[in-house]
This record gives sequence, C-alpha cells and structure tokens, in this order.
Amino acid sequence: MTAEHLPILQVAVPLALAPVCLLIGNRHLVWLLATAGGLFTFVCAAFLMVSVFNQGPLTYYLGGWEAPWGIALAIDLLSAFILLLVGLVATLTLIWGKASIENEIPGEQLSLFYCMFMLAVTGALGIVATGDAFNVFVFLEISSLSSYAMIAMGRDRRALTSSFQYLVMGTIGATFILIAIGLLYMMTGTLNMADLAARLPAVRETTTVLAAFAFLTVGVSLKIALLPLHQWLPNAYTYAPSVVSAFLSATSTKVSLYLLIRFFYTVFGADFVFRDHGLQYILMPLSLIAIFAASGIAIFQKDIKRMLAYSSIAQIGYMTLGIALVSQSGLAATIITMFNHGLIKGALFLAIGGIFLRTGTSQLAKLGGIGRTMPWTMGAVVIGGCGLIGVPLTAGFVAKWYLIVAALEGAAWVVASAIVLTSLLTVVYVWRTVEILYFKTPGDSVRDIDEVPMSMLIPTWLMVAMVIWLGIDTTLTVGLAEQAAAMLFDVTP
Amino acid sequence: MNWLIHYNYWIVIVLMMIGLYLVIARANLVRKVIGLNIFQTSVFILFISIGASRGASAPILAEGIQSYANPLPHVLILTAIVVGVATTALALALIVRIHEEYGSIDDSSIHDQDDEP
Repeated sequence: MTAEHLPILQVAVPLALAPVCLLIGNRHLVWLLATAGGLFTFVCAAFLMVSVFNQGPLTYYLGGWEAPWGIALAIDLLSAFILLLVGLVATLTLIWGKASIENEIPGEQLSLFYCMFMLAVTGALGIVATGDAFNVFVFLEISSLSSYAMIAMGRDRRALTSSFQYLVMGTIGATFILIAIGLLYMMTGTLNMADLAARLPAVRETTTVLAAFAFLTVGVSLKIALLPLHQWLPNAYTYAPSVVSAFLSATSTKVSLYLLIRFFYTVFGADFVFRDHGLQYILMPLSLIAIFAASGIAIFQKDIKRMLAYSSIAQIGYMTLGIALVSQSGLAATIITMFNHGLIKGALFLAIGGIFLRTGTSQLAKLGGIGRTMPWTMGAVVIGGCGLIGVPLTAGFVAKWYLIVAALEGAAWVVASAIVLTSLLTVVYVWRTVEILYFKTPGDSVRDIDEVPMSMLIPTWLMVAMVIWLGIDTTLTVGLAEQAAAMLFDVTP
Repeated sequence: MNWLIHYNYWIVIVLMMIGLYLVIARANLVRKVIGLNIFQTSVFILFISIGASRGASAPILAEGIQSYANPLPHVLILTAIVVGVATTALALALIVRIHEEYGSIDDSSIHDQDDEP
C-alpha cells in the first residue's frame, strides 16, 4: 500500500521533518530525528532502486492528477542511482556530524541547522525525483537557499561573503533556468518533461526553443560549477562548516549535473543538443581546461579544503567530458564518475572535518606530521587521495578507466592522453598533502591531540570501504550506469 | 513599426539588462540585491505576459465569454515571487551579518580586509 507512494514519501518526509527539527530544543533528540530522516530517504531510495531495476521506470502522479495537468514524479534508473547517492551521503554525514556540528555551530542555532540540512536533502531529492520542469526550479531553490544559509554558519567570517557570492551566482543561475522553463512553456504549453519531449520536435527549429536551450545550459552550468562559472565553489566549500562541505561536495554538483543530463537527453534529445547544435564543441574544451587548470591550481593551495574544492572542479570536468564524448559509453562513464566521486570526495571531506574538529584548522602548514597522532583519519585521507588519482582497486580507477575507454572508442586520442596526464597532476597535489601530513615533524598544535571518536571514524571508514569495494566489485556501479545510459539513448527520438 | 507589437518582450529585456548590470557593476552589496530583484522581476513579467491573449477575459467561467487568459503562468509566478522574497530576505540577512563583522557593505573594502591576515 505505502510502497507505491515511496517516490513522494522520500521527498515529503524530510520536508515535514524540517519544521519539526525547529521545535526540538534538545541537541541529542534533534540530531536523532534528522539522522532518522536521512536514513529513511536512503531506505526509500534503495527500495526504489530495486523496484526500478526489476520493473522499469516509475511514474507517480501527485494527488492522482494525471500528467500533464498534475505534477508527476518520474523515476528511472539514473534518478534512482542519484537518489541512492544523496540518501547514502546524507545518512553517513549526519551520523558522522554530531560532534563536528556541535563543535562548529553555536548551541542555540543547532535546531536551525538541522532544519536547513533537512531542507537541503529535500531539495536535492526533489530535483532528482520530479518529472515536472517548474517543480525542478522550486526544489532547486529549496536546496540552494538552505545551502546558502548553512554555508554562512561557518566559523570564519569569510563564510558570510562566500555565501553571499554563492547566493548571487546561484540566483542568477536559477533565474536563467526559470527563463528557459518559461520559454519552453510558451512554445509547447506544457511543463511535464515527458510531454515536453513529445511536443518539442515540432518547434525545435524556432529561436525561442534555441534561447531556452541556451539559458538552461548556462543556468545549470552555473550550478554545476563548470569552468568558467565556478568562482563560487572554492570559497563556499572552504569556509562552510565541515559537515556542509562534505554533504554539498558529494551531492549538490552531482544533482545539478543530473539535471543537465535529464534535460539534454530526455527533454531536448541528444540529436538536438549534439548533432544539430554541436554543444560538445563547447563542452569538450571547457571540460579539458577545467581539468587542467583546476588540478594545476589545486597544487598551490595552502588549505586542504580549498585544495579539495579545486579538485572537485577538476572532477566535474571529467564528468562533463564524458557527456561531451557523445556516446553511450561516455555517458556511462559520466554516471560512474558522478557516483564514485561523490563517495571519494565525501570520504575525504569527512576525514578533513575530523582533523578540523581536533586542531581547529585546515591549513596544511599547521598540520605537518598529523599522520602520527591521527593514523586512522589520515589513512582515510590517503585512500581517498588514491581514489582521486585513480589508483587501481579504488573507485576512482574504475571511473577513469571507463572514461578513457569511452574516449578511445570515439578515437579521441588527445582526450584520452589528457586524462592520463591530468592524473599525474592529481598525484602531485595528493602526494604533496601526504608528504606534509606524514613526514614533517609534528608541531605543537598537532602533537597532543587524540584520534577522533568512533562515531566519526566508522562513517568515514564506511565511505572509504565503499570506495575500495566499488573499485574491486564493479557490477553495481558499472552495470547500473551502462543500463541507465542505454535507456537515456533509447528515449532519444 | 512591426517590432513594437511585442513591446512586452522589450520591457523584459531592458529590465533584465538593468538588473544584471547592477549585480555586476555595483560594489555595494545592497545595490547588488536590488539588481538581483529587478532581474527576477523581469522574468516574472515575461511569464505573466505570455499568459495574456488579445480580447480574452479573466479565467472565470461566465456566459457569453469565448476566450480566457491562461492562468497557469500567473500561478507559477506566485511561487517564483515567494522564492524571490525568500532569496532577498536571506541576502539582506547575510548583508546585516557582513556589516557586523566587517563594518562595511562595500565589496572592495571587504576584500581588502580579508587580504591582511
């Protein structure tokens, strides 16, 4: 009975929990409630995944109003996969986060913080689950507004300015998406994505649809932080509270990228985007520049969180590169990278958050030799770093392997060698970090600290274990990603 | 004078550019927020104007009326206005906090303060 309502429940429950969090003053209870909410979305996503895998895509009509009049939620393999990532990361970061949140957020703001966190989860899940273009905008703004508020809660005062910068750029991006939706509605008279896809071919050559396509691509790219629209990302990730950096880096850009894939393949159709308008000729160089430039900049960062933020921009470049290859295997590689990178970056930010809890800093210079006092946390950093490089037996290797294979299939030798070359840049910045953290003589701030508590180590290592597991057993990620990519190419008219 | 028929779009474009210009060119954070508001409002006007049709009446069922304006864009924009208000409120709250911490709401002076550790 309730099983058929899972698509809406997993969005509605965190939404309902958000105001409840506000009413609870007790810091333990409110954490428990939020974590239960996160766990619930994860369980829902797992059930949805099984159901979509066995019975094909689901469509759920809100209130029983059939599309195109009512709002439909549409869940296929790709969305179920991303829902699973968001649910998983939300649960693990919340379990991990109790000590870290209480350390970084003033006591009287705790309820507010958990409320915002629940709203961010709601927004991310909603964007992925919905099959209605205007609904996308609403959920996007729910997740963005709560992210701005959470970033501003960072301890450093620069958190405020970075949040403001993100707010301005994010709002411009979201408004661009709104313009695109308005123009599409003008031409087709519908907001339902499946309906849009059916009606667009008749008007595909009009300037209005082209303008909508342009606005949408730029708006979503702002949210993805595709170079050159990435300026908000490094500051936002660096100064946000640790738990927020971990959650956002693992989910928010992936969710926006999902939106891009959804609009490109389901709504506009790959033929329109790539064959008629050649978007890959813009996307490909931008992705390559993003990979090279951001990896290069990451090498010179003095703050670990900022270094990881630039590394995220580079990884986003890998993901858009897969799309720009315009092939089924390229798209599959993108989907694999989205999931695997979410886990790797999540694990790394959790580990760095643990270091921040104990030392109060993420400046590399002050953390020399910390590998001796916090061996378990540092072990997670090393394995996560290996994942970023793409060392075999980690999830990062699988992602890069499929990307290179996809590039070679398309006879894009330059691209394939660029991927290998940039992995070397990654080696440089990961090795530099490991060298400082392990081999320098510990300073005063580092010598007398303890390892983080078990409640933080276990979620971190669960993520690390998954990074290793997905690097050895690829049936889950690769199998699902290939099927999802095949389905997306099938629906193309 | 053919291009004047769709004058609503010209209004939208002009407002949009004014808004974006303010966001980019002004150093004062409050002015940036005002620019953002003008930018968003231009999109609201775009939506509302596409619902209109010549000679149509308000979408209330009554005898003797043949054509109705499309009410859906208006409903959508109600939602978007709420989002816009929330964004403005959050932005202004952030500016208040920035002013508390930096004693200024000018972009360049804030940057100068952060450069010296």
